[in-house]
Parts: sequence; C-alpha cells; structure tokens
Amino acid sequence: MIIKNKAIVADDWTVLRLQENETAESVHVAAGKVIVPLKVWQAQRDALQQRKEIGVWLASDERPEALKDDIQKFSVIAVDFPKFSDGRGYSIAFNLRARLSYTGELRAIGDVLRDQLFYMQRVGFDAFAPRPDRKIEDALKGLSDFSEVYQTSFDRRLPLFRRAQRKGNQAESSQ
Amino acid sequence: MYRYDEYDQQIVDERVRQYRDQVRRRLSGELTEEEFMPLRLQNGLYMQIHGYMLRIAVPYGLISSQQMRMFAHIARKYDRGYGHFTTRQNIQFNWLKLQDTPDILADLASVQMHAIQTSGNCIRNITSDEFAGVAHDEVVDPRPYAEILRQWSTFHPEFAYLPRKFKIAISGSKEDRAAIYAHDIGLAVTKNAQGEIGFRVVVGGGLGRTPIIGSEICEFVPWQHILTYVESILRVYNQYGRRDNKYKARIKILVKALGIDEFKRQVEVDWADLKGGPGTLTGQEVDRVASCFTDPAYETLSDHDSKLNEFKADNRSFSHWLQRNVRPHRIPGYVSVVLSLKKTGNAPGDATAEQMDFAADLADRYSFGELRITHKQNLVLADVRQKDLISLWQEASVYELTTPNIGMLTDIISCPGAEFCTLANARSIPLAKLIAERFESLDFQYDIGEITLNISGCVNACGQHHIGNIGITGVEKKDHDEWYQVSIGGAEGNDSSISKIIGPSFTFFQVPEVIERLLQVYVRERIEAERFIDTVRRIGHAPFKDHVYAADFIAQDEEVADKHIVAPAQYEVPYFSPRF
Repeated sequence: MIIKNKAIVADDWTVLRLQENETAESVHVAAGKVIVPLKVWQAQRDALQQRKEIGVWLASDERPEALKDDIQKFSVIAVDFPKFSDGRGYSIAFNLRARLSYTGELRAIGDVLRDQLFYMQRVGFDAFAPRPDRKIEDALKGLSDFSEVYQTSFDRRLPLFRRAQRKGNQAESSQ
Repeated sequence: MYRYDEYDQQIVDERVRQYRDQVRRRLSGELTEEEFMPLRLQNGLYMQIHGYMLRIAVPYGLISSQQMRMFAHIARKYDRGYGHFTTRQNIQFNWLKLQDTPDILADLASVQMHAIQTSGNCIRNITSDEFAGVAHDEVVDPRPYAEILRQWSTFHPEFAYLPRKFKIAISGSKEDRAAIYAHDIGLAVTKNAQGEIGFRVVVGGGLGRTPIIGSEICEFVPWQHILTYVESILRVYNQYGRRDNKYKARIKILVKALGIDEFKRQVEVDWADLKGGPGTLTGQEVDRVASCFTDPAYETLSDHDSKLNEFKADNRSFSHWLQRNVRPHRIPGYVSVVLSLKKTGNAPGDATAEQMDFAADLADRYSFGELRITHKQNLVLADVRQKDLISLWQEASVYELTTPNIGMLTDIISCPGAEFCTLANARSIPLAKLIAERFESLDFQYDIGEITLNISGCVNACGQHHIGNIGITGVEKKDHDEWYQVSIGGAEGNDSSISKIIGPSFTFFQVPEVIERLLQVYVRERIEAERFIDTVRRIGHAPFKDHVYAADFIAQDEEVADKHIVAPAQYEVPYFSPRF
C-alpha cells in the first residue's frame, strides 16, 4: 500500500535496490513494474526503454538533470530518503517538477515518515511509500497538518501575499 | 510592531496542534527519541542537563509588553521564576517538563508568539539591529523585511532538513549592529545611487568550530528579488552542503570549498528562472507589513531638558547611566534606553519574572508598549522621552536594571555554559561573575572604556567569543577539568574580525588575572583615545601574549576545592551558579 493523491491505494511497483554483489550493468531487472536505480537505468537504458512501464529512483546524492532527456519515459520517478533528516530529496523533487517539468507520479521512498509528508507534498511529491513499520493511516494525517502556507513552492505557485488580501496594521489606534 | 492577521494566527495555532500530537506520540512511545528529536528541535526544545530547555523566538528582537508578561507567566508557572535572553535575541527556559510544552506553546500563540525553527537544521529566527526604526544612522528600516523573511522562512518545505542550521541577520544602518558578517546570510538593506532600496548580501559567515567572516556575494539585490535570491542560496546549499560531517556542514564550508565566485555562479544559475517569477516581492506586501512599523505617536519635543542637566550634575550614578545606557534617537526629545541585564553577580542575560513584568510596565508607561532584546543580552526601551529619564532611572534601579555598564568590561556576553548545556566543556556564568566582581569598579571600567568580552562554554560559540575584543572559550582536556582559551582581537560591526588565541589555556581561577594583564598592556600602550581593539590591531598580539605568560599565576584553585558544595542541593546542578 502507498499513499497516492492523498488516498491509500494498492501498489504493484517493486523498488529494485542493488545488493552488494550486484552491479548496475549485470543486475537482472525482473519483468513487470519495477522502479530501478538511476545507475541501472543508465546502464541498461536500451533494454529498459522498450518496456511498456518503467520507473526510476534517484538517490539523495544524484542529480535530477541526469534524467533530462528521458523524463517523459517514466511512469514513476521515486526519490530515496536514506534518512528522513537528509533533505536533499526536497530540492531534487522541486527541480524535477519546476525545472524539468516532470508531470508523472513522483514518489518518496525510504525513511518516509508522517511528520515530513506535509513538506514533501509541497515540493512536488504526490505519492509516498511510508516506512513499513508504521501505520499508513497515521501517515496520511501528516498531509493535512497545515491548511495555509506562506511561501511559494511547487504546490502553491503563488505566495500567500499574492493570493490573499491581507490586512496591515489595525492596531494603530490602540497606542 | 507586526500584528498577526488571521493567516499568521491560523498557522501558529495549527503548529500548536501538530506539536501537541507529536508530544502525545512521543509520550505513548509511538515515536522513538531519535525520530522525535528533530521534531522537537525544530520547535526549540532541547534535552539539557536538568530537563527540557525551550527556546522561544523573539523575531528580530522586537516584543510587546504583553508578550514580555507572557514570558514572566511562563517563568512562574512552568519554570523556576526566570528566563535567559540569548545572543540571538531569543529567550530560553531551562527547567521545563516535556508534557507542559504544548500548553506553553498554546500560551505563546495567544500572544502571537511561537518557538518555530528556533533550533534544528533549518532557517532560524532572523535577527536584527536592536535600534531598528529609531537609530540616528539608519538608512532603511530593516524590520518590514525581517518580518517578510520570517514569514517566507516559516515552514519552508524545501529547507527544513538542511545540512546544518542556518542563521540570517539583517541590518539597515550605517553601523552594522546585527553582526551580519558572522551569519550564514547577512543582509544590509541599503539604497543605491538612484535611491532605490536593495540588499547587500553577505554569505558564508559564521562562528563555531571554524570562524569565518562572510563574503559579499552580491553588492545590490533590488528589494523585489530578495526572497528568490535567498531561496537560490538555500537551494544550492541544501543540495551541495556537506552532510557527512556535522562540523563541516555549515554553508561557510561550502562557500570556502567552492570559492565565492563559483558559489555565486551556481546561485545565479539557480536564480535565473526564479528572478521575476511569482516569488517576487510586491510593493503592496512591503507596504502592508511596513504599515505595522510606522512611527508611534511621538510628541513634538526639544532636545534640551534643563531638569535633566541639573539632576545629572548632582548625581554621579545617573550621569554614568546617561553616558553609557542612553542612546540618541532620530526624533528630538527622545532617546533609547538600554536596561542592563549585567548587574555584577547576576547571570548575563537572565531576568526574573519580576524584572520581566516590571520591564513590561516600564514599556507601557515610557515606550509605547514595546521592548527589544539585544544580541548582547540586554533589553531596550526604544522610544523614551528625555524628560522621563529621571523617573525611569529611579524606578528601574529598584529592579537592578540600571547598571551603567553598556559596552564596557562587565557588559559580558555569555552562553549558559556547563551548568545547563550538554555541549559545554566549562562553566560560563560563574566565570562571568568572577570577572565582573574583579572589575566591578566603575572608575576602572570607565578608564578602560569600550571593550567587549564574550564567553562561550565550548567551541560552538553561542557566546560569540570569536567576535569579542576578548574572547573566552571552554575547552576540553582529558581530565574533564575546566580549561579556558583566551583570544583577543575579535570585533563585530563594520570592521568585523575574528579573534586569535593568545596561547595555552588557563584554569577557571586564572582567567580574571589573565584579563587584568591584558588590560595592563592596553593601558601601557594605548595612545590618545584608542580603544582596546584599536591597540590590539596597532601593536599586534605579541606584547599581550608576552605579558600574560611572563609571570606565574598564584594558585587559587584550592580555595574552592569542591565546587559542588556551593550549589544548593535542591537544584542538583553540577557546579555553582550565581543564580542559585
């Protein structure tokens, strides 16, 4: 199960992670819906792009620009959070959406926890695979912690000051 | 000052609800401490020696009397009757219980306050000049921009898990009083030749383990573009700042590694498609926020008060106070008053609940209901009529807030140190007390003149020791005893510099004697009206070092062999502190 578009849905994608004895060139990518590491995509691109559906995931130290020419080939792009405190994935997501115009599913994988979900959806993630030891129903609640935000990001193209008619000082008379 | 509208209030209220639930999950075991830690840190909650310490944001140091009374309330209800004002214009409470903290945040939200991003690897509270809006040398009032940046940085989704903490300071005067060169980003609001407002942007400054003076990345960013420009700096840092070693994770290390030119190039590449985009600031928004910072209802007054002069002539203490603690104001007949939290014997920056309530009363009666917290850990009443100075001084003296030592030797800047902080190697507050007692004589202090003395209990530099004329740092030695490094030559402001260590470290009781010897060299060598820092810069470190290490130190350490004895048992503090 994952969270997608603010709902808990079944998921039939598999995330391929290279084991120690495997290499990007030689690893066997099983049939079906697989999200492969960027390195595997780069090594086996000719074969993989023949597939009807393929996904790719970026590690937090990899650059989204590496997918520039292929960006619309993927049914899903995932960004891995090796630890929830590694915030590079937020900028990767923002760049995928805002700079590389990626419009497909953008999924957060790895150490994905409830208290980061609100931020993640703001920078462009629309799918989340929360850590399996936590209740996914609880994680879903994290998407609605706040009902208003100040600044622009991918989800709100306009900052609050361009969206709302805000009031200035009304307290002048009290002094 | 800025007043929340319904949007600001809603965001803070929702934060309280979110945080209350996080605490509930922690207490029920649903969250591990490892998972809870970054969540509580983003809310300024540290686990310290005695329990939880909460750091509350005072955005750019500006606070209303009502908010100050709320601090007094928190001090009484949840803490031990006092709070500690910090070098980043915030306040810390040291003795809290985790289960009380959601209620404290709810209390704070009721007076438009919060503890959002006062810690953690995110954009911290934005600091500014304590005389913003009233300073005689101000070019542009930085407060509206500080507030706009506060809102922009609050819960910024992309920059909540940076490689390390991120501090922004903003100044709008000719003289930098916000230490902008010692910050991750320093902003100087200014005007160009055409009279247009913009920002000189300095990046990569910082203290801590690797003190570095910031470098100018852009001479003039027009005000419309400041949010997107800062966003690009943060994005480059978020992606490329080191995450493998927390001691090399601040932006200053990245800027040094890339060089300012390459860093700037990367920022401008990122900025290219943001510039002029929807994040661009509007004149309407600046006007809206600036409408909260218009002048209070100043009276038309003249600058001369004969009563004041008479009283001054008769009263030496008052005259000293006028000289040191009262500053000029851009409006005739008005002054700004610094309430000193540096009375000898007290912990620098500490205020009791009674003092807080009283300072709030003073603000209501004499300064349009507002106060400022300074990064030198004092309080400011910014808009006082000259003719009120005598009564203000008389009243404030009763509450020990008129020590005439602002900018002088005993106006010591100090972190909480080893009695409170788990990071510290050595005590800071008792050392500040020892030093203040040794040099309490006002005649001596006035002879020495302007000088800054900063104490940090460890290399993390919360006491900003690198930019003190004299800086003292607690260092660790293998025997777990307290040792202090002494450095000289640091300064903040327009001619910022990083101090240099004079030599091998000293024991707790040797430090005052070291300072005495440093001052002896200064008195011997100074010419005309030279300040301590000027003499250091002119003659260099060598004469100071030679004199300090020339003679042996008389052993005093045995006098208080067991430091635990002087700490009242009920506080269970490891060492004594003047507060107890």
